[in-house]
Amino acid sequence: MKVEYLFYLLVFPGLLFTGVVGLLVGWVDRKVSARFQYRVGPPLFQNFNDFFKLLGKETMIVKQSVHWLFIAAPLVAFAALVLLSTMIGSALFYQQNIGGGLIVVMYLLMVSSVMIILGGSSTGNVYSSIGAAREIKLLLADELVFIFVCLIPIIKSGYQIDLVQIAGIQESGGAFIRATSGIIGFILGILCIQAKMTLPPFHIPEAETELVEGPLMEYSGPPLAFWKLNHFMMWVVYPFLLVLLYLGGFKSEGLGILWFVLKYLAIVVVMIIIKNTNPRIRIDTALHFFWKILTPLGIIALILSVLGA
Amino acid sequence: MGWYNKRLAKSIWVFHVSASPCNNCDIEILDLLTPYYDIERFGIKLVGSIRHADVLLLSGIVNQKVGPMVQRIYQQAPKPVFVVGVGTCPSSGCCFNDSYNISQNREEFIPIDLYIPGCPPKPEAMIEGVVKLVEVLNG
Repeated sequence: MKVEYLFYLLVFPGLLFTGVVGLLVGWVDRKVSARFQYRVGPPLFQNFNDFFKLLGKETMIVKQSVHWLFIAAPLVAFAALVLLSTMIGSALFYQQNIGGGLIVVMYLLMVSSVMIILGGSSTGNVYSSIGAAREIKLLLADELVFIFVCLIPIIKSGYQIDLVQIAGIQESGGAFIRATSGIIGFILGILCIQAKMTLPPFHIPEAETELVEGPLMEYSGPPLAFWKLNHFMMWVVYPFLLVLLYLGGFKSEGLGILWFVLKYLAIVVVMIIIKNTNPRIRIDTALHFFWKILTPLGIIALILSVLGA
Repeated sequence: MGWYNKRLAKSIWVFHVSASPCNNCDIEILDLLTPYYDIERFGIKLVGSIRHADVLLLSGIVNQKVGPMVQRIYQQAPKPVFVVGVGTCPSSGCCFNDSYNISQNREEFIPIDLYIPGCPPKPEAMIEGVVKLVEVLNG
């Protein structure tokens, strides 16, 4: 039993699978973005080359930084993401509950944002601190809506917080996106993912043009490689979670694998389209968007789901 | 190191150092990123932070005032890092060669690995220069 868990963690839904698929999906993102701009785009294994190149570079530690936090932040975020991908992946592919329910997932998803804040503010760089401060505000903006996004499937599955139970109820009773509250929740979920991954239009913390990657500015070498890998792993973790919560999960028999890949790619493509067609918004606009527009929508969806619609 | 050098050759991240240029080469460097030339197909990316850079694109004469700054930027870059001098200015000083302020011995501020002459060099010439660097890395 223990050996199986180690396999889950290191190979199939965990580290190796999420890393490789994440780097490949990161390539899809870069390629599709390039085609949007009438460019050719990078070759297939570009992200692998970037990752291994960064692993071999020199690590520079800023003198006035908090050294242990500076190094620990990307590794803790990486560990949290590996654990998350194992939990979500084993609930999807093996119908096994490892480590806890949706509440643990919600907390672990916050860890990577918190680590970006800590790592960015540990360097002592002005741009990094501004980026970290903006990340805090963005976290404040999107967290409440993300809780609604997780609450709607809990209510619709009859107050289950177990990921396997949520997937199982959808398998017998139809995916939650068929209901009105499910549709609203799914749209909110995609927008929340966009903000949590700091993709455009919500790339406020790592604004390339004025903050030069914000919290990641002082990172070089292997820690930067792990930040980049974390970002690519989020391309797997967040859409898998949405597929599990709203689109009915994964069935191994028949055309189940094909359906699952299609659902996953649909979410990724919608995210890339949103990313490429929107300019960056200000931090106050983001707060306004999440608190005054999406939060009432989330409350409406919650009420609808309690009423059974 | 052969395997690592091949990875490095396929993913060169470029940082742009302006050492008192006339802005002519800088505009041509930005041309490289436009859809027409699209240098991302070689894995080359323009980064904003010196900590992420593999290649420093140095444009302009290195004069006495900006020289120590350029040296400091070079020291802040994580090694291995390569320096490419873009335009005639870093190699010969161009029309500013007789200026009182120019640093005659700019190699002591920053070791330049590759020169791309031209005032300004065409984007094709810059791509050729980068390809030469990639060939050296690939062995």
